[in-house]
Amino acid sequence: MKYVLLIHTNPAAWDALPKEETDRVLGDHFAMIDELTKSGELIRVDGLANERTFVEFRGGAGVITDGPFGEVKEQLAGVFAVDCNDLERAIQIAGPISQHGVVEIRPLMDAAGGEEM
Amino acid sequence: MTTDDGVEALLRELAPQVLGALVRRYGRFDTCEDAVQEALLAAALRWPERGVPESPRGWLITVASRRLTDQLRAESSRRRREETAATLAGHDVLAGFAADDLAPADQDDTLALLFLCCHPALSAASQVALTLRAVGGLTTAQIAQAFLVPEATMAQRISRGKQSIRAAGARFTMPPPDQRAERLRTVLHVLYLIFNEGYTATSGPDLHRSALTGEAIRLTRDLRRVLPDEGEVAGLLALMLLTDARRPARTLPDGSLVPLAEQDRSLWQAGSIEEGVALITDTLSRAPIGPYQLQAAIAAIHDEARRAGDTDWPQILALYDLLERISPNPIIRLNRAVAIAMVRGPEAGLDLLETLDADARMVGHHRLDAVRAHLLEMAGDQVAAIASYRTAARRTRSLPEQRYLEARAARLAALDETS
Repeated sequence: MKYVLLIHTNPAAWDALPKEETDRVLGDHFAMIDELTKSGELIRVDGLANERTFVEFRGGAGVITDGPFGEVKEQLAGVFAVDCNDLERAIQIAGPISQHGVVEIRPLMDAAGGEEM
Repeated sequence: MTTDDGVEALLRELAPQVLGALVRRYGRFDTCEDAVQEALLAAALRWPERGVPESPRGWLITVASRRLTDQLRAESSRRRREETAATLAGHDVLAGFAADDLAPADQDDTLALLFLCCHPALSAASQVALTLRAVGGLTTAQIAQAFLVPEATMAQRISRGKQSIRAAGARFTMPPPDQRAERLRTVLHVLYLIFNEGYTATSGPDLHRSALTGEAIRLTRDLRRVLPDEGEVAGLLALMLLTDARRPARTLPDGSLVPLAEQDRSLWQAGSIEEGVALITDTLSRAPIGPYQLQAAIAAIHDEARRAGDTDWPQILALYDLLERISPNPIIRLNRAVAIAMVRGPEAGLDLLETLDADARMVGHHRLDAVRAHLLEMAGDQVAAIASYRTAARRTRSLPEQRYLEARAARLAALDETS
């Protein structure tokens, strides 16, 4: 089963953490990346830079806007794409990488598949 | 068939034989498997251009053995064990093989390899990947394309699988008799997983994936040649043939799904149906019954109906009753609910579905909502049917299935407005 794990964090709260704590958490991230690489479950992993640009389609073209998230302090900090056995395993993976944030697990749609009725 | 296809088919057939010969000689499955893969790649580059050598099997064994001794030598020098390297250096690579190894087709190797690749110490994903590479002779890149993951991910699954085999101390021999039945069940399940992955894919960008169906059928045929008296092996092969026969009709050119009742049955592959029906008929008459045989028998009844309306549902229901008794699981009950609805009416099917609502394994499963939607539609309860179709569409992860379920909901909604 393919899932993306979306890591939402609050950048201000993260920046306020002591260095030892952020080092420890990042260490847990790298340990998880290592584990998933070795098991053949990792499809890809990306960290996202803080810069955000919102584009909305207005008057027939894309224009830069403030976006719908003005009041929200949480933002997407990283994305894991994994191919693992089931949701239970995805939840297990999400544990260590959810520290000081929250991980949203979403299954990927399959362009094929489906059973005839 | 082009020459390249011919070479590829030959290589895939020889792959397990060459690997078997090497493992029997050198004993190290993981290193031998790498060496064979390199020899296969070398042959795939060389043979189409320069022609197939007189003894393709001998050629592959020679090249793979050289790669293997190179690698063992490199390892031993790394470990400063020059004496090992000295022994290995310069010896005639073929001299160490028994005459049998160079003779064609030792079928038992395929079986021992399947047991090794489907060792219970491996994850299902590793079992599938390693089986396709070591027994099927596919490259890591081909397997990665078929499963839509990066090649590095697939390579890692294969090497993790080989590490697990090593760690478990698994040997290249047949499992002891008391474990054989359980181990064979795992092998059959892995072949079934490979088949299903390919069957649900259609054409176009998923061509690599749909090729898995043919690969699963080929490997199951090989297994049946070695174990002709195992009813479940024949049952699985028949099930694959009878299911695959319907593949040309299960989707439209635009990729949309066609339900069984609406398929153009003239597109079904008569040859596969004939072979599958003959196989399951013969097997049922002489082997102890098992779940693959029963599923094949059900598929045969569907395939033999000229029109959907001719389907012998009472017989299908009787087979599902038996199947649920010997192998109870919620998906079988779900299918039995459809059969009950076709025989006794939709209300009877809906009653059976209610028993699944409390089953933890079915919570949030779109198939339960999809079947309920169909039965509600049959029962004439359009409002509830629309709601169930929409729930199912929200829950499925398959885009074609989602489109299908949404279309069913939209059609009913339109009918509702016009009535």
